Amino acid sequence: MNKDPGDEQAMSLEFSLESLNFIRAGEASSELKQRLNKLGFRPELVRRAAIAAYEAEMNVIIHAEKGTMKVEITPARLLVLVEDEGPGISNIEQAMQEGFSTASEAIRELGFGAGMGLPNIKRCADDLEIQSTPGRGTRLKITINNEQR
Amino acid sequence: MKLSEIQQILEAEVLVAAGNMDQEIEMAFSADLISDILVMCREHTLLLTGMAHMQVIKTAEICDLAAVVFVRGKRPGQEVIDLAEKKGIPVLLSRLTMYESSGLLFSAGLPGISKKNRTSQEGLE
Repeated sequence: MNKDPGDEQAMSLEFSLESLNFIRAGEASSELKQRLNKLGFRPELVRRAAIAAYEAEMNVIIHAEKGTMKVEITPARLLVLVEDEGPGISNIEQAMQEGFSTASEAIRELGFGAGMGLPNIKRCADDLEIQSTPGRGTRLKITINNEQR
Repeated sequence: MKLSEIQQILEAEVLVAAGNMDQEIEMAFSADLISDILVMCREHTLLLTGMAHMQVIKTAEICDLAAVVFVRGKRPGQEVIDLAEKKGIPVLLSRLTMYESSGLLFSAGLPGISKKNRTSQEGLE
């Protein structure tokens, strides 16, 4: 039986993400999704959060050396913070354009790297902040509001 | 349309039943790009794909897909089958091509995602 998310205290989760580990790829987002379902958030909100988190998780696994995903959960909103150490994004505006991708051929053969990840995160989120330092890494702050609670 | 009917139409082998072959499938989507599935797919949808690796199952879980059909006889490895069992996602294998599989299901009355679920798509945007 679902519990009202309002019954829960604020909680936070943290996952470590490993470059090019396709065995574990997606596990953080999968676990996040299961936790949100258990907390009783609406399926539509859980789905948006899971897709945004999965896109961000895959970006780290595909492009970065390592990273973390931290999730702060309150009844009012979900905050997904994804930070990585990696090449960074030299032109964020360009990276936000659908179809722009720097993924390798091997990654494309897995069905990723179509240049849809960041635009899709933005579409699923209520707010997306991107900070990046080329040569150092990237930080995404994804906010999803629980408006109909 | 029940998943068991879809299996018959596609003359498909059941790789993972997940105890869920009687579920009603409302619509279907065909894709050979994970990126497209993550952007386009709606919940409770059947996915037809020629990609037979673990990320397909992981994506199916994230997107709440109802079931997966591997087309063109793309038989996945045991790790893919094990993962689908674990996640409870039914998986079928058809020897037909993506075009043939999609066409047969569409002709039998299974709609695509654009018509079936416009309301929830608008809700997302």
